[in-house]
Amino acid sequence: MAAALRYLPVPRRWTIRIGVPRETAKYERRVAAVPESVGKLREMGFDVVVERGAGSLAGFTDQAYEAVGAVIDGADVAWGADVVIKVRPPAASEAALLAEGSLLISLLQPERNPGVLESIAARKAGALALERIPRVTRAQKMDVLSSMANLAGYRAIIEAAAALPGPLGALVTAAGSSRPGKVMVIGCGVAGLAAVAAARALGAEVRAFDTRAAAREQVESLGATFLEVDFKESGEGQGGYAKVMSPEFIAAEMALFRAQAAEVDVIITTALVPGAKAPILLARDIVEAMRTGSVIIDLAAEQGGNCEMCVPDEVNVHNGVKIVGYTDLVSRMAGHASKFFAQNLVNLLAEMGGGKKFVVDHANDVIRPALLVEKGEILPPPPKKEPAPAPAPVAKPAPVAKKATPPPEDLVPAQQHIMVPTRAAWGQTVFGLVLIAVLFALGRFAPTDFLQHFTVFVLACFIGWQVVWSVTPALHTPLMSVTNAISGIIVVGGMLQIGGGMDAATVLGAVAVLVATINIAGGFLVTQRMLAMFHRGES
Amino acid sequence: MAYLSAGVLFIRSLGGLSQQTTARQGNLFGIIGMVIAVVVTAIAWAGDDLSAKTAGLAILVAAVGVGALVGATLARRVEMTGMPELVAILHSFVGLAAVLVGISSYLHPHHTEKLEGAAHLVYLVEIGIGVAVGAITLTGSIVAWAKLSGRLSGSPLLLPGRHILNLVTAVSCLALMVPLMQADGATGIVWLLGITVLSCALGVHLVLAIGGADMPVVVSLLNSYSGWAAAASGFVLGNDLLIVTGALVGSSGAILSTIMCRAMNRSIWNVVFGGFGTDSSAKPAGEAVPQGDVIEIKPLELAEELRAAKSVVVVPGYGMAVARAQNSVHDLCKVLKARGCKVRFAIHPVAGRLPGHMNVLLAEAGVPYDIVLEMEHVNADFPNTDVVLVIGANDIVNPGALDDPSSPIYGMPVLEVWKAKRVVVSKRGMAAGYAGVENPLFFLDNTRMLFGDAKKSVEALVAAVKG
Repeated sequence: MAAALRYLPVPRRWTIRIGVPRETAKYERRVAAVPESVGKLREMGFDVVVERGAGSLAGFTDQAYEAVGAVIDGADVAWGADVVIKVRPPAASEAALLAEGSLLISLLQPERNPGVLESIAARKAGALALERIPRVTRAQKMDVLSSMANLAGYRAIIEAAAALPGPLGALVTAAGSSRPGKVMVIGCGVAGLAAVAAARALGAEVRAFDTRAAAREQVESLGATFLEVDFKESGEGQGGYAKVMSPEFIAAEMALFRAQAAEVDVIITTALVPGAKAPILLARDIVEAMRTGSVIIDLAAEQGGNCEMCVPDEVNVHNGVKIVGYTDLVSRMAGHASKFFAQNLVNLLAEMGGGKKFVVDHANDVIRPALLVEKGEILPPPPKKEPAPAPAPVAKPAPVAKKATPPPEDLVPAQQHIMVPTRAAWGQTVFGLVLIAVLFALGRFAPTDFLQHFTVFVLACFIGWQVVWSVTPALHTPLMSVTNAISGIIVVGGMLQIGGGMDAATVLGAVAVLVATINIAGGFLVTQRMLAMFHRGES
Repeated sequence: MAYLSAGVLFIRSLGGLSQQTTARQGNLFGIIGMVIAVVVTAIAWAGDDLSAKTAGLAILVAAVGVGALVGATLARRVEMTGMPELVAILHSFVGLAAVLVGISSYLHPHHTEKLEGAAHLVYLVEIGIGVAVGAITLTGSIVAWAKLSGRLSGSPLLLPGRHILNLVTAVSCLALMVPLMQADGATGIVWLLGITVLSCALGVHLVLAIGGADMPVVVSLLNSYSGWAAAASGFVLGNDLLIVTGALVGSSGAILSTIMCRAMNRSIWNVVFGGFGTDSSAKPAGEAVPQGDVIEIKPLELAEELRAAKSVVVVPGYGMAVARAQNSVHDLCKVLKARGCKVRFAIHPVAGRLPGHMNVLLAEAGVPYDIVLEMEHVNADFPNTDVVLVIGANDIVNPGALDDPSSPIYGMPVLEVWKAKRVVVSKRGMAAGYAGVENPLFFLDNTRMLFGDAKKSVEALVAAVKG
C-alpha cells in the first residue's frame, strides 16, 4: 500500500480542484465536463472550476455549470487548478498555464504533437494521456476512444446520407420507388460497427470488410454482409487494432475494394494505426472507379486519411465523387459527445480514488501506461507486464478485450465419456451376458415358486420401462406422486401380516398399513390436485 | 383375477400420464386399481373366520382410517413449492412399510407350511433384501426431505474415505445375511435388525453426500428404490400384485433418474458417488472466472423494453419457487399477451428440485400448459426472441456449459438464452447457482441484471408495463 501512495499531486489537506478549460482547437466544440458530470465530481469530493464559456459550443451555459456547484472563472484559473481535464492536447501557450505539481488529463497524442510532453514537463506538472489507457475490460468505462468512435461511426453515415444525391433507404412513393443505397464499411472496429448499424437503421444495404476474422460475426449480427478476399491471413493484432498485412494480402484487398467501388454509393473508411499515419486504402484509381455522386467518408482524415484524395476538414470532389474529410464528426454532436467524454473522465477520476483519496497509483495497470509525464519528468513506457489483451474488440457499445463472450453458434460440447457409443455398447453386451448367466443360475437352482414370481417381476419391469418413457416431462412431478401412491400397494403386505392377536407381527403390520395408507391417500390426492391445475390456454 | 385387473389399472394409470389430456383419467385408474386391490385383500384376509380376527380388524380399520386422514391432510395442505419435500417424505413411508413388512414376515411367516432347504434360504434372502432396500429408502428419503425443506444444509457432506465406508457397510449387510440364514426359528432377528440399522446408516450417508443441485436425481432415485422395496416385499409374501406394482414404480423412478442425468450429461454413478461441487473448488481460483461488469436494469427501464418486445421467453428456476413468484409471473405474462406479445415459458429438465417441478408451479399459477415448452423446443427460438426473462435460474442458462471445458457443468445441455436480443436475469444477488459455478452469462453485453426479490421485481414490472 505504501508503495502505491508514492506520489500525491497536491497536498492532502486541500480539496482537490479540477479545472475545465475551454477547448481552443479549430472545429472542436466538445468540453471535458458537462453539468451532469460536474455534479458527480462534486459528489466525489472535488471542487470544479470551469472556464467561462467552456460549454457554450456544446450547448451548456455557464449558469448550468454554476447550478451544480462549479465556479466560473477565466482561463488562467481553470488551467491553474490541481487537476486539469481537457479533450484536445494543449497548445504550448496553454500548457504554460499549468501549475507546478498539477496533473493534466487529456488526449495528448505526442506522436502528432511534438513538444507537448516537454511543455508540460517544463511546468513541473504531470500528464495522463487518455488515448494510452489500456483497452482492457476493466478500463472500458474510461475509454474515450471507443465512446467517441461509436459516435463518429454513426455520424459518418449521417454525413454520407446528407452528401448523397439520393436516399440511403428504399423509398416507395406514388411516383415510383428507389432501391436502397449500398454502403461499404472498411474496418469494423467500434466506429465501423457503429456505421454499419446506423446504415442498416437507415435502410441501406451494407457490406463490411475487416482483416480480423472476429469481426465477421459482429458484422453479420448487425445484418450486414461480411466481405472476404481470396487470401488467407489473420489480421488480429494487438490491443484491438488490426496488424499490418502482407503485400499479397493488400493486393487482394485492393482488388476487392476496386470491384466494390464500382457498385456502392458510400464508402466509410475507419482504418487507424495507433500513433502513426493512417494507411492508404482507397487509391486514386479506386475513387475513379466509383459512380458520380458517390460519397466517401474518411474517418481517418485527422491521421492523414485512408483515401489518397482526402483533404482534412474539407469535402474534396474528385471526378464527381465527394470525399468527406471532416475531422470534427464527433464535435458535430458536441452535446452528447461531451456527455460521454465527461462520463469517461468521471469514471477515470473515480478509479483514481475520487476527491478524497486521489492518487496517481503506479501499481494501477490502467493508470500507469497512460501516465506520460510526472513531476516534470517524461516517463519511459511501463514495463510490459502482461500480453496485450485478446484482440476481439468491438461489441456495439464499446470494444471488448477479454470480456465474456457468448459461445459460438451450434457449439456441441464434448460429451462425457459415458456417452461414448462404443463404450456404451460394450457395457450393454457385458451387462446382457451377466444377466443371462444370473437367469441361468436362477433357473437351475431356485425353487419354482420363486421363478414364477421372478418372471412376473421381470416382465413388469419391461412394461414399466415402456410405459414410463412415454410420459411427457411436464408431468414428471405428477408421475412421481402417482407412483408414490401406487407403491403404497405395500399396504397389502401389511394387511397380510396382521393376525388375529396382538403379537409383534400384527403391530408391525398395522404400522406398515398406517404409513402405506398415508402414501396412498396423500399420493393420489396430491396428484389430483396437481392435474386439476394443468389446463390448456383459451379454454 | 382381481390382482390382475388392479395391475392392469396401474399400468394404464402410468400410461395415462403420457399426455395432459388423459392424465386425470390415469390418476382415476390408479385410484380404482388401489381400491380393488385393498378390498380384495381385505376379503381374502377376513376369509371364512372373521370372528377370530376382530382385534386384528379393529387395528386394521384404525390404521387405514388414521393413515387416510393424515395422507389427505398432507395432500391438501402442501404448497406446490413444497412438493419436493412431500414426495421425499412419502418415499420414506414406503421404505418404512417395507422394513416393517419384512421384519414382521420374519417373525410371523405368512406361509402356512414350513419352508425347507433352498426355498427357505431364498425366503430369508428376500426378507434381507427387502429390509435393506426399505431401510435405505427410509433414511435416504428422510435426509432428502430435510435437505429440501432446508432443515439440513444443501451442501454435500463428504467424509474422508466415504466410498470405502459405503462399501464396508454394504458388504457387512451381505455378511449379516449368513448368520441370518443359519439361525433357527426367529432367533435371527438380531441379525435382521443389524441389517436394518446398517442399511439405515448407509441411506443417511449416501444422501448426505449429494449436493442440493442433484436433488431431482436423488428424489427420483429414491422413488425407484421405494418401488424395488415394494417388489421385494412382494417376493417375501409371494404376492404378484406387489411385485408388479413395485417393478412399475421402480422402473419409473429409474427412468426419471436417467432422464435427469442425461439432462446434466452425467452418469448416475457420478451423481451418487461424485460428490459434486468439490471439483469446482479444486480449479485454480481466478483462472477461468469470467470478468467484466454486470449491468443492472431497473424495472421501469425493463418495462419499456417489454412493451416494445414482440416475443418474450420466461425461464423459471428454483428461485421463482423460493420467492413464490409464479402468480406474479403469470400476471406479467397476461399483461404482455394482452399487448399482443408472444410469451412462452422455457423449462429445463432439471429446473427446480423435482422432475417437472416448474411445470407444476406454473400450472398452479394458471399458466396454460401449451405455452410451457421444453428445452429442445425452445432453444431454436431464442435468436428470434426480443427479451428473455430468467427468474431465479442460474446453472441451466450457463453458457460455460457449452464452451468452457474447465467448468464443472461442461457438457450439460442448457437453455441458450444468450442468443436472444436481450437477456434479463432476476436474482437476489450475485451468488453462484447451486452447482457453485460462476455464470459468464451475467457479463455478456446483452445481459442485464434485475436485482431483488423475484416476486417484488415481477410485481413492479407488471405495474410498470401496465403503465
